[in-house]
Amino acid sequence: MRQNFALERLKCFLRRWGTALLIGLGLAVVIGWGYTTNPRVTEAVLASSVRQATPLVLGALCGLLGERAAVINIGIEGQMLLSAFIGFLFNVWTGSLLLAVLAGVLTGAILGLAHAFMSVTLKIDQIIGGTVINILALGLTGYFYTAGLVTKGKLLPIPLGPLADIPLIGPVLFNNPPITYITILLVFVVHYVLFHTRWGLRTRAVGEHPRAADTVGINVYMIRYVNVVLGGALAGLAGAFLTLEAVGSFERAMTNGRGFVALAVMIFGKWTPLGAWGAALLFGFASALQTQLQFFGRVMIPHQFIGMLPYLLTIVVLAGFVGRARPPAADGVPYEKE
Amino acid sequence: MVNKRELLFTSRRVASLGKGIWRAISVPVLAVLLAGIVGAVILLVSGASPIRAYAALFQGSFGSSAALGRTLEKATPLMFSGLAVAFAFKAGMFNIGAQGQLLLGAMTAAIIGFKVSGLPAYIHAPLALLAGALAGALYGAIPGALKTYTGAHEVITTIMLNYVAINITDYLADGPFKDTSPGNIVARTPPILDTARIPAIGNLPVGFIIALLVSGVVWWMLWRTTIGFEIRTVGLNPNAARYAGIRVARTLILTMVLSALLAGIGGAIETQGVVGRYQPGFNVGLGFDGITIALLGRTHPFGVIPASLLVGAMKAGSSQMQFSAGVAKEITDVIQALILFFVAAELIVRWLLRTRVAIEEGVKLSTGWGKQ
Repeated sequence: MRQNFALERLKCFLRRWGTALLIGLGLAVVIGWGYTTNPRVTEAVLASSVRQATPLVLGALCGLLGERAAVINIGIEGQMLLSAFIGFLFNVWTGSLLLAVLAGVLTGAILGLAHAFMSVTLKIDQIIGGTVINILALGLTGYFYTAGLVTKGKLLPIPLGPLADIPLIGPVLFNNPPITYITILLVFVVHYVLFHTRWGLRTRAVGEHPRAADTVGINVYMIRYVNVVLGGALAGLAGAFLTLEAVGSFERAMTNGRGFVALAVMIFGKWTPLGAWGAALLFGFASALQTQLQFFGRVMIPHQFIGMLPYLLTIVVLAGFVGRARPPAADGVPYEKE
Repeated sequence: MVNKRELLFTSRRVASLGKGIWRAISVPVLAVLLAGIVGAVILLVSGASPIRAYAALFQGSFGSSAALGRTLEKATPLMFSGLAVAFAFKAGMFNIGAQGQLLLGAMTAAIIGFKVSGLPAYIHAPLALLAGALAGALYGAIPGALKTYTGAHEVITTIMLNYVAINITDYLADGPFKDTSPGNIVARTPPILDTARIPAIGNLPVGFIIALLVSGVVWWMLWRTTIGFEIRTVGLNPNAARYAGIRVARTLILTMVLSALLAGIGGAIETQGVVGRYQPGFNVGLGFDGITIALLGRTHPFGVIPASLLVGAMKAGSSQMQFSAGVAKEITDVIQALILFFVAAELIVRWLLRTRVAIEEGVKLSTGWGKQ
């Protein structure tokens, strides 16, 4: 009887996390093999995976904060792009990196407010509302873009004392620039807030059954507003990452679809922060491998085919996992007070 | 003597027709005006003269018969991507992938255009056009099938497929079908043969006439055929459609394929009528323009015509504006985004005021991920 119960729990656990375990195991083997044959390259690829994952994690956190409260945000791409641009401009004007990051975050939050206004108050179709943000960001950044500007300085890696000297793990996890650290921290913060605080419980209630939440006195509109604005701020941080930490300059449409990939990451991570982090690392690994392959030109595959990889991976993930992961029940449905 | 009653009847009909038309166009007209005003404010803030800028824009798009021809030329692919988005919209699908479908259509038309020779023009040109249309349609089948069989939302898959299409066409233009003529270092195909070109009659591009005809065909198909009825029913209420015996999955895939077919024709005409070969990055953003145009045209095939003329005029006149008023071209993108915002916002304002809402506006796009 007891044994049966344990078996059932194991089955349940495997059903939920089996894919993740399998992928993790596969990756561990690849990394182990890579590390024994060429430690330097392996470390470089993994460190780059963690950094490439940063904007994806932040975007996914933005998406899932909104969707846990039933607001679909397809405008993450635009929020990232405009924040990247504003952060960049602030840095060029003031020379301060901190102010620039704050400006980026604020821009994201304001765009989040715009999205909340459209989807919660005006009840515009959320997909169209997000598209408006995307097109607006593309237009504004294109119009005000000036070629040839570069940032005054970049956010540089900060080694965390002795931790950074641990082989393999040190250079990968403990020798990163600030926004990457903040992102890793945020994964756990959002996880805690969402699953262990009153606010998180209310958010999830609003996402699953807004009418019931409203009946017990939860302010559905307020919860949605705050979540979407906070999500926007995270997308803004992702934008700041792109110009101030990763590249050091602004280019037109430099987000390159990351906002949409982030949504796939969110779905792959089953609307959980930790899951999204794992999924983002996988995507980051794919992009890091891609740059590494392009850089060394070891394989005789045309670079365009390698360039397609992250996008194809996104499609495969969406096709393979959407059906099996369950979104919040009220996702995408505007709430109408009675 | 004219019968008095008849006269009264006719005048009433004219009046009610006018009212209907006004109801249909008041929101788009208002949206364009508002966007123009906000655009002027942005121009003022950035230190340019809005009057000079808009005058130059108008001069460059409608000022001469050459300018008008340019406007029509720019409006043609826009009309097709607008039609593509509007068509998919009717079944409740959001096709952001017009860009990628258009690129593949343009590439395929170019390949047929320069590889196949010895055909008379009246076979070669339609053949290339058809090949482009088919390439687009096949590419559109992917997100359609993914949506119906796996539930992957078409907004993300079509955008991802845009990036894939950019990579595919870049590869083809830089690899197997590269222009190998001496002195060429750019990634592009050789020019297509004269027999594959779609000409212009004076300043009037034939492609534009094709676009007008196609929008008529789309209207006929949506409102005068069974398939069209099924598509619109699925868009309004998939459950009711299923209950009525419509095969929803098949309809959704078919809609996506036909929508992509329209985008493919747009790409082929761009190659055969304007560019004359395939070269990467020839007009990025057409897919997004299609969204603006479709919504501005109230997702109606005939509404798409004036909408694409407006956006086409902005594109055609923007160079002149940059040249003579010193305003960056991209202001037209900003104005376009503003138009889209006001169109979307205006629909809602009306809805909130509980004024009469046309039935088409009941189509919903955000159905969550994987639910249908």
